[in-house]
Amino acid sequence: MKNNTSRYLATPYIIWIVGFIVIPLLTIVYYGFTDRNNTFTLNNIAQILVWENYRPLYRAMILSAVCTAICFLLAFPLTMILRSLKVGRSSLIVFVFILPMWMNSLLRVLAWQTLLERKGVINGILTALHLPEQHLINTTAAVLIGMVYDFLPFMILPLFNALMKIDDNTINAAYDLGASYWQTLTKIILPLSVPGIVSGVTMVFVPALTTFAISNMLGGGKIYLIGNVIEQEFMQDSDWNEGSGLSLVLMIFVIVSMLIVNHFDDKSDMRKGGVI
Amino acid sequence: MRLDKVIGALDKAHRNRFVIGVASFVTVAGISAVAVGCGTTEKDIEELPTPVEDTLYVYNAGEYIDPEIIDMFEEETGINVVYDVFETLEEMYPVIEAGGVIYDCVCPSDYMIEKMIHNNLLQEVNYDNIPNIKYIGDDYLKMAAEFDPGNKYAVPYTWGTVGILYNTGMLDKLGIPYPTKWSDLWNPALKNEILMQDSVRDAFMVALKKNGYSCNTENPEELDAAMKDLIDQKPIVQAYVIDQVRDKMIGEEAAVGIIYSGEILYVQDELEGTDVNVEYAIPEEGTNLWIDAWVIPKNARNKEYAEQWINFLCRPDVAAKNFEYITYPTPNTGALELLDEEYLENKAVFPDTKELLRTSEFYHYLGPEGDALYNNRWKTVKSS
Repeated sequence: MKNNTSRYLATPYIIWIVGFIVIPLLTIVYYGFTDRNNTFTLNNIAQILVWENYRPLYRAMILSAVCTAICFLLAFPLTMILRSLKVGRSSLIVFVFILPMWMNSLLRVLAWQTLLERKGVINGILTALHLPEQHLINTTAAVLIGMVYDFLPFMILPLFNALMKIDDNTINAAYDLGASYWQTLTKIILPLSVPGIVSGVTMVFVPALTTFAISNMLGGGKIYLIGNVIEQEFMQDSDWNEGSGLSLVLMIFVIVSMLIVNHFDDKSDMRKGGVI
Repeated sequence: MRLDKVIGALDKAHRNRFVIGVASFVTVAGISAVAVGCGTTEKDIEELPTPVEDTLYVYNAGEYIDPEIIDMFEEETGINVVYDVFETLEEMYPVIEAGGVIYDCVCPSDYMIEKMIHNNLLQEVNYDNIPNIKYIGDDYLKMAAEFDPGNKYAVPYTWGTVGILYNTGMLDKLGIPYPTKWSDLWNPALKNEILMQDSVRDAFMVALKKNGYSCNTENPEELDAAMKDLIDQKPIVQAYVIDQVRDKMIGEEAAVGIIYSGEILYVQDELEGTDVNVEYAIPEEGTNLWIDAWVIPKNARNKEYAEQWINFLCRPDVAAKNFEYITYPTPNTGALELLDEEYLENKAVFPDTKELLRTSEFYHYLGPEGDALYNNRWKTVKSS
């Protein structure tokens, strides 16, 4: 009886999974492994070996790695401070940092466009102070700023959750046993927050790797990432086959990077088990 | 296109498709592109009511008609108009080709009309039902014959050029002479002052014409030379954009931008009353000429209504009213007589066609192999 009810309740999710995940994915796989005449080919996958495609992929990997690192370096001290303030999860200060997530990410990037433009806000202030105008927009740095700003909340939230879960007694015990602050940080707090770091890194790295909107809006079409290549295949070249092939390659890169990150997570679990 | 194609004008309703696509960028870009692609078509099918006797289905680019004209047509003829818009021609083509949604009248550009004729998607227009065709200038019909031999399928709606829009004040300040040739856009003194078009054919047209080649060439050596020039130019280009050229030039973000001649009047109107002055130059080496024209798909249900619609749009007072709204040059000689002298004296908007035709060309449909020659090299330019 109960079993039947839960089966009934699962139907919408099964429809969702099949209709919006499985079928689109199979469509991508089909396009990725066929050419214009619907015959089987590996050519679309092999396209990643072409300079025009692996260079943007390489560039995207570097940019998203740097973006993830910056996000972590900004988020970790912040969450440590929030922890030491002993604020609850619903406090105003946490709310303020999470607030940007409620806004359309495209609008947030658009705001940076307004800030960085030649006649934008930052240059307006510089001019008012009789300082020379700076060339800010349409540079790699501008794209990186946009990425960090856009994805920072995704690093803060899981880190904050992980740090809040650490029992004060564990930290006090470390101090009691003569550990310095630095030792406590590196041997206790950091290892215990690895699950948060792992999900934060995943949530920042993956969207940063696949983005095409941020590089388009803040890079002026000059910073060409793998997301832009795929976008061009679909929207301009009408070459859905090569676009799908490259999407599949990108998916593999995402899966591999998630496996690597999760590997650290497993290791930390083992260590935790050993300690206890 | 163009996601790109694509971005500053979030206020435009027809950008929805792009916004949806971007919103899902957390998922793999490819998945969302396909999902959105399928979604649009299905939605269109659902939303269309079952065809009724007195209904005309029109498919046009976004913001490309004075909405009052649709009301006027409905009032005068009693025909009900269902008016749908597309963002890019590349988006329009599969809809017509699949035939899932049936339109009676569509307004594509030259090379796309050529492709549609080539793939047998259009039917001939019956000029007995379009007496107002007499108002369309002979020059323009001759031009349209380039992509529609014998003017069998397409009735011109707007036409124009691609050229260089420049801010005279900013160039004076930089001490750079006003551009007259495409090669002026390779001047290192213009570093970070150039807005290039972010579309394959337009970008390559600039480099090909600069070197004296045809913008329809399929000669790999000529294309390689153009590619090399575009790569050389990239460090001094501020951005590759499409619709944003207009707004960035109004905002004085750059000194020069490549733009369609239909946008000039809009930019100049916006800048009226300010001390900013922009001028438009058609480069000496020649440029791309384009015509947008009304065609009737093969599967149209109400061919006569479509012809009535085209005839209505060719009526001088209607064409003049429409021009004042969309500011894209009209080929309607009757309408030109009704317009302010001021407009006609604007050689940027209404250039001398005979002079232009010596050096300028329409884009031609090149087929999948020809397109690939351009697309692959464009990717090389963008990746470097």
